[in-house]
Amino acid sequence: MRHSRILKDGVATELAIDPNQKQDMTSQQWLPATTGTVFGIALNDKELCASLEQAFNEKPHVNPPKTPVLHIKTPNTHIGYGAAIPAPADGTTIYAGPSVGIVIGKQATRVSEESAMDYVAGYTIVNEVSLAEGSFYRPAVKAKCRDGFCPIGPWVVNKEDVSSPEKLAINTFINDELVHSTSTDQLVHSLQKVVSYLSSFMTLQEGDLIIAGTPLRTEKLALKAGDTVAIEIDSIGRLENTVINEAELG
Amino acid sequence: MKRARILLNGELTNVTVNDNLDAVLADGTVIAQADADWQPPCDGKIFVLAINYADHAAELSFKAPDEPLVFLKAPNTLLGHNKNTYRPDGIDYMHYECELVAIIGKTAKNVSREDAMDYIGGYTVGNDYAIRDYLENYYRPNLRVKSRDTCTPVGPYIVDANEVADPHNLTLRTYINGELKQEGNTSDLVFNIPYLVEYLSNIMTLEPGDMIFTGTPEGLADVKPGDEIVTEVEGVGRLVNHIISEDDYLKTLG
Repeated sequence: MRHSRILKDGVATELAIDPNQKQDMTSQQWLPATTGTVFGIALNDKELCASLEQAFNEKPHVNPPKTPVLHIKTPNTHIGYGAAIPAPADGTTIYAGPSVGIVIGKQATRVSEESAMDYVAGYTIVNEVSLAEGSFYRPAVKAKCRDGFCPIGPWVVNKEDVSSPEKLAINTFINDELVHSTSTDQLVHSLQKVVSYLSSFMTLQEGDLIIAGTPLRTEKLALKAGDTVAIEIDSIGRLENTVINEAELG
Repeated sequence: MKRARILLNGELTNVTVNDNLDAVLADGTVIAQADADWQPPCDGKIFVLAINYADHAAELSFKAPDEPLVFLKAPNTLLGHNKNTYRPDGIDYMHYECELVAIIGKTAKNVSREDAMDYIGGYTVGNDYAIRDYLENYYRPNLRVKSRDTCTPVGPYIVDANEVADPHNLTLRTYINGELKQEGNTSDLVFNIPYLVEYLSNIMTLEPGDMIFTGTPEGLADVKPGDEIVTEVEGVGRLVNHIISEDDYLKTLG
């Protein structure tokens, strides 16, 4: 089953959707598919890490990361399917960040990798939008926490309906052109490992979301006002959003 | 007015706080300070300033930054007044950080420094514990250092902004078991509250209940299980916290 949240008569409402039924995506106003805290795992893509191998051993980093590198996507960033991603009015380039999202199903404190999946409800699609990151030394609040920089949805798919979460194809389209392909098999730290690691010092709650990992943000993933960006993930669905100049928000 | 939240019969309950610092329910019932189950006084985004006092920057061998060095915490880390924070086994250095917390009172986007104070609803006290053993040079200070369960006591209550005459001239003090360990004044903030509201609201929309932990002055020290840590901000409040061992913490998880 697919679990989404929609705006119905002005009220956030849960909507369960049978995956065998065709869904008219234009018939609903979709809200972010999850409501909890959203954590991201940075530097969790093999190609991205390979590209930074030298930098990891130089100042200011000095050493490669010993543990998964975490960040937070604040609530102002969360938007639903079909909502507009505001690009900075000054024309600064923004980049799509395609990733599978791991949705927590029950409270998790200090869970092992072996039992991690018991605490997962399912998966969703996340577009972890970001400005370019020149450095990974300091927290990326400016790059990652602008309003609307985290489309989530359109729904959460039960984990039972995703047979191979460790090798899901992730394709990104800009204006209907396929610009990027990756897979969850490119993650450095597995889905189980990131759930276990986060829970080793933070209690995860039902509805919390972990963005498993985003790829190297090349110019292929650059977005500008007027674009439509879509991320498709096997067994989960398609997350589509437009990009507008934030000056148009009024 | 002082406003707080307590857990009463399993329900998060809004209260006011009287001059004895006891909790007062809407129907006038008084619950003594020592008997109230104090919870964090609000919900919202949690912004924390690193090295935002010049003396503290020197203590950490850093130059004060050219722009605010802001990091985020997740709600899991918040803890109310009079609660227990655990020290993990096998670490060398866990320290408190006494901070004035400015709380957003109304939605703020692209607010100028001149107007910024109109968007502050109140103030509270925060203790931004850090475990330095876990520092890594990626998104530093990283979440494992700063966003841990039990590691951010906040409260006991929010003082309305109009009752704090000058938030930029308040003494901060931390005591370990009654001994004064840290002392500073918000007049030494590198980036003051209007600057921070302008800076953050230029990045994103701020909402009522969002918390800005404004940073800590010099005077850090290690804390051990059994210690009572009191962080206080003049005219705002006095926040009590107790350090327990990891074993004792694990027992509370059941």
